[in-house]
Amino acid sequence: MNFFEFMSRNWREVLGLTGEHLLLVAASTLIAVAVGIPVGLLLTRRASLKRPVLAVANVLQTVPSLALFGFLIPLPLVGGIGARAAVVALVLYALLPVIRNTVTGVEGVDRSVREAAVAMGMTDRQILKQVELPLAAPVILAGVRVATVISVGVATVAAFVGAGGLGMLIYRGLRQNDDKLMLAGAIPAALLALAADAGIGLIESRLRARRRVAVKRNVVARRLAWAALAVVILAGAGFALWLRSGKADVRVGSKDFTESVILAEIYAQGLEARGLKVERRYELGGNLAHDALVAGEVDVYPEYTGTSLMSILKRPPSTDARAVYELVKSDYASRFDVEVGPPLGFEDTFAVLVRSTDARRLNLKNISDLTPHAPRMRAGFGQDFMSRPDGYEGFARAYGLQFQGRPREMDLSLSYRALAEGQVDVIAGNSTDGMIATLGLTQLEDDRHYFPPYEAVLLLRRDALERLAPAREVLQRLAGSISTEEMRRLNYEVDGNKRPAAEVVREWRKTKGL
Amino acid sequence: MKSQSSNQPTDTVVHFRGVTYAPPGVNAPIIDALDLEVRRGETLVLLGESGCGKTTTLRLVNRLLEPTAGEVLVEGRDTRAWDAIELRRRTGYVIQDAGLFPHFSVGRNVGLVPVLEGWDEPRVSARVEELLRLVGLDPDKFSSRLPAELSGGQRQRVGVARALAADPPLLLMDEPFGALDPLTRAALQREFVTLQKRLNKTVIFVTHDVREALMLGTRVALMSAGRIVLLDTPGAFLDSEEPHARAYRETLALPEGL
Repeated sequence: MNFFEFMSRNWREVLGLTGEHLLLVAASTLIAVAVGIPVGLLLTRRASLKRPVLAVANVLQTVPSLALFGFLIPLPLVGGIGARAAVVALVLYALLPVIRNTVTGVEGVDRSVREAAVAMGMTDRQILKQVELPLAAPVILAGVRVATVISVGVATVAAFVGAGGLGMLIYRGLRQNDDKLMLAGAIPAALLALAADAGIGLIESRLRARRRVAVKRNVVARRLAWAALAVVILAGAGFALWLRSGKADVRVGSKDFTESVILAEIYAQGLEARGLKVERRYELGGNLAHDALVAGEVDVYPEYTGTSLMSILKRPPSTDARAVYELVKSDYASRFDVEVGPPLGFEDTFAVLVRSTDARRLNLKNISDLTPHAPRMRAGFGQDFMSRPDGYEGFARAYGLQFQGRPREMDLSLSYRALAEGQVDVIAGNSTDGMIATLGLTQLEDDRHYFPPYEAVLLLRRDALERLAPAREVLQRLAGSISTEEMRRLNYEVDGNKRPAAEVVREWRKTKGL
Repeated sequence: MKSQSSNQPTDTVVHFRGVTYAPPGVNAPIIDALDLEVRRGETLVLLGESGCGKTTTLRLVNRLLEPTAGEVLVEGRDTRAWDAIELRRRTGYVIQDAGLFPHFSVGRNVGLVPVLEGWDEPRVSARVEELLRLVGLDPDKFSSRLPAELSGGQRQRVGVARALAADPPLLLMDEPFGALDPLTRAALQREFVTLQKRLNKTVIFVTHDVREALMLGTRVALMSAGRIVLLDTPGAFLDSEEPHARAYRETLALPEGL
């Protein structure tokens, strides 16, 4: 399936996401303008405020967008996940260019013109409205233009907090190593940016031209047109926000990788089969899913006991699966009022992988078999594995591994490819990854039991469990229902065969008789 | 108020009394204990080299600046006691590069103060037409143009028309013809003399051009380092032995030797 076939089959979704993207950008730019221009004007009147305010706006701009989203999640009113938080973040990014250009534009008004205005006996308000603002308009508009283009870009990150938009396609594409998906997100985003740039640029150049030659203009008609445009955009944005915050019975979240989406979808479809209205807030990056659960932005999401133990509860690693589960269960209940569902039946732990040809040639079965060969082997690990407490450092120490050079840090999905193509010799993948079988890789046994158990579970807010009778029922039916092999197959259907998760899950539910 | 109770001759429009002006944070004053009376209907020229304080003196009149010490009285009232907006609207102001609003048409520029004063539309446009004719511009041709579409001389005429729009009794002109080519400047200077005979405004006129000062001024105030070193009629100026005045006079004599 080439890109054009893909587009002709999925144009509805791409169009829908483009619409969401546009609304995010329009809403945030409008707010940034409504806030930024008055703030900028204030700064031209209160010189002492100028430095601190511009400094704050500058700093805001340098905060990485994902971090900003992370900070926003726990905040009431402005935060959370979804379009609202995304708009808040986008506004914060768009403020700087708007404020700065407002200040620059107003301060750039010819001194003699300003002096003449004062000397004519114009009041400060009249000077602002009749002289400074109209003369600064092209510069201010240039700032709005920059803000808009920035927003189109940053809005792709909004997918992390479940705000939708074209970022959904880009991240799905990155995760599944699928160029078509990435292009389907990136091309419309680029076109949006170009269109916004050109469109506002056109207004800008018309404003500049008006200064040189007298143009007949119909003030009333123009104002009406602007007002109509604003109403349309606001109404659209409001409608979209209203749709998103619609009255779902339960909000199901997932982390930002395929398996998590599949597990979330399995639960979501189970709830829907019992007549509940489900809102899906998938693909939440980093620890956003946890933050969203605690903040009540989602009611449930799939997690792994080992991750909960170490990343969330910050407890030391442990190798006893039973003990870890019980510990996580009691801690979540007391600290977050969250119920840990029964294990789903498989573990998604780190899988130390080598090429099957090497495994046969060197007779590798266990990780400890690797130790004597390690100095001649190159390792490539994901960023996650390199940095987490149960990751590389302890792993190398536990097995006395000394690889050739320092392990290369690379994207997880790329590391599979690098291994298969012989660019590295050892990687740490996920035990449920569908690519293990298809790429001819062999998983080595964790014979020293270094890796903590990563049993897949569903985490549910207690209040949701009490509110919704079917929630517990579905949870019980899923207990122990998915084996490692099944999970690998489901992952492969989505990642390898590029099929939609919802469809794959629907089939699986049928074969399971659910 | 002290200023109003004192014996003001009714024909003094602007009165500087011991005025010193130093910008905040600067010790050396730009204007140093200046005394000056401007009489009704006269054209008082402030003549001096760059930095002597003549523009600052002008800006103290319509309260673009306020004195550090002493007081500036306009119509017998301290500028600080005036409502600044009211004071400025009855004081016409013309500056070197005209300071026209580039986004306003010529007509709108000229009609600015009348509009601010709340005149109705027909009265404003009638006044704009009248003033454009007065400064020698055809209203039908120029009214709707933008400043960028005018020559330097035309812009300056519009600047004068704008300053006169609300019929202010007092007119401040800061090197209004300074940036013009010599022929245009000469033409505007001649027209100014004619205009001034008709309108009989009180004018304070700043220039560094001694010819212009002698041609236009009823009296000439020669300024140096923030003080007035000579204040007299053009005729007396030419006879003065004051060193600065002699230096200026010598520049006039130069062409004869060529």
